[in-house]
Amino acid sequence: MTDDCENVLVAGCNTCVAVCLTGGEKEAEQLAQQLRIARRREGIRGKVDTVTVLRQCENEYLDAIAVQVEEADIVLSTACSIGPQGLVFRYPRKRVAPAMNTNMLGYVREHHVWTEYCAACGSCVIAATGGICPVARCAKTLLNGPCGGSRNGRCEISPEVPCVWQEIYDRLAALGDLDSLKRIIGPKKWNLSNSGGPRTMKKEGFEP
Amino acid sequence: MKAGSNLEQVLESGVFTVTAELGPPKAADPKVIIDKAGILKDHVDAVNITDNQTAIARMSSAAAARLCIEQGLEPVMQMTCRDRNRLAIQSDILGAAALGVRNLLCLTGDHQSLGNHPQTLGVFDLDSITLIRMVRDMRDGPVFQNGEEITGLAPQLFIGAAANPYADPFPYRALRLAKKVEAGIDFVQTQIVFNVGKFEEFMRQCRELGVSEHCRILAGVAPLKSAGMAKYMKNRVAGMDVPDEIVERMSGAGDAQDEGIQVCVDVIKKVREIEGVAGVHIMAVEWEAAVPEIVKRAGLRE
Repeated sequence: MTDDCENVLVAGCNTCVAVCLTGGEKEAEQLAQQLRIARRREGIRGKVDTVTVLRQCENEYLDAIAVQVEEADIVLSTACSIGPQGLVFRYPRKRVAPAMNTNMLGYVREHHVWTEYCAACGSCVIAATGGICPVARCAKTLLNGPCGGSRNGRCEISPEVPCVWQEIYDRLAALGDLDSLKRIIGPKKWNLSNSGGPRTMKKEGFEP
Repeated sequence: MKAGSNLEQVLESGVFTVTAELGPPKAADPKVIIDKAGILKDHVDAVNITDNQTAIARMSSAAAARLCIEQGLEPVMQMTCRDRNRLAIQSDILGAAALGVRNLLCLTGDHQSLGNHPQTLGVFDLDSITLIRMVRDMRDGPVFQNGEEITGLAPQLFIGAAANPYADPFPYRALRLAKKVEAGIDFVQTQIVFNVGKFEEFMRQCRELGVSEHCRILAGVAPLKSAGMAKYMKNRVAGMDVPDEIVERMSGAGDAQDEGIQVCVDVIKKVREIEGVAGVHIMAVEWEAAVPEIVKRAGLRE
């Protein structure tokens, strides 16, 4: 991807992806070093620089690296996919590529283990499900309890995958609130999710 | 009568009811359906037409259901939430009803990763419970899911669901079925019963919740073909509970297929005694020929 580029800029992002050990300053440096070695072996001329900002999802941080971006023939962003798109928005004539495959909105359930916890579906249900999200964490996005494939706390898709509805059941049982499982939830308003088209949020009262 | 189907009439008459299963082929040949229907039609009250069962692409359940009707066998069309959104489901329901389908079994559906197209998108716009509610409203409203009135002929459907007494958490299983009753089902077919003791406990809970008063319960049963199949179902099939004694019975049998049919017949005789069981649903997957023998030996057509 960078073979035809003389100057490569690896842009790190020092918040979420740094915590995820995938795209912060350290990982951006590591990627740049690997690229330098690979490019030297291939006999590609030019240089690989790095720069890391606090967040690639805001203009002011992207504006702060204008000089480095202008010098580069391509910017590889190690941010989540919002980073490279932010760079494209801010630097419309610059070649930008993602260095990361963005997976999910996860929680650090154990050290070095991230688990998807939110699907950003736009109509949050967790107030009715014990504070645990079945939209992100049930393989069938079920809203009304565990399907017939729940066995020993595991999902039918794999013994590695916990059944989130077992977790919801256990939590509501512990809270003495199993009655909330009797209520029929849905059909879900998927138009509020990405299915309704790309979403924009404005916070009233904070206009510049 | 809600839909006037044969299944509804038989269940409401109080006669012990028998349904079976007919899996559409992975091909376009109508003869497969015609042949299977021929085997089953004089022995059962209705037959379930599976909908891309285990997430494997097959002939559509609506088309197969129509072929079945033409053979004089009443179909229970299965409909899952996995492959269609609410637009497609409502459209297929109207089409199926126009073709003469009068029973619909509402399912969430096996996850697509278990089938032969694991890279596909699972839809799950609705789940089984919101699907049931939608179908009931299409019949009784009559309205579409969005509340818009159905101004022409509404689909007259006897509405069913599945229940699995062997899935977890067990204490929730009868409650879940009660939720399906509240959503609008008229009948339910259960997962295959091998562990009769656990099923009895499930039925006790159903009676306590008033479920068996408001919907007719058909116990799922199936003939095992071999000891290997018994072990496979015990260990590998999600949501199945095959007790050791049945695996041992199958292992020790001289004629495994005959023993499998006998095990099934024994289960039928036991579940028939349980208060609230209105019939049996015989799931002889790719072994339709076993059904007439099971019906005969269990004395279901006297």
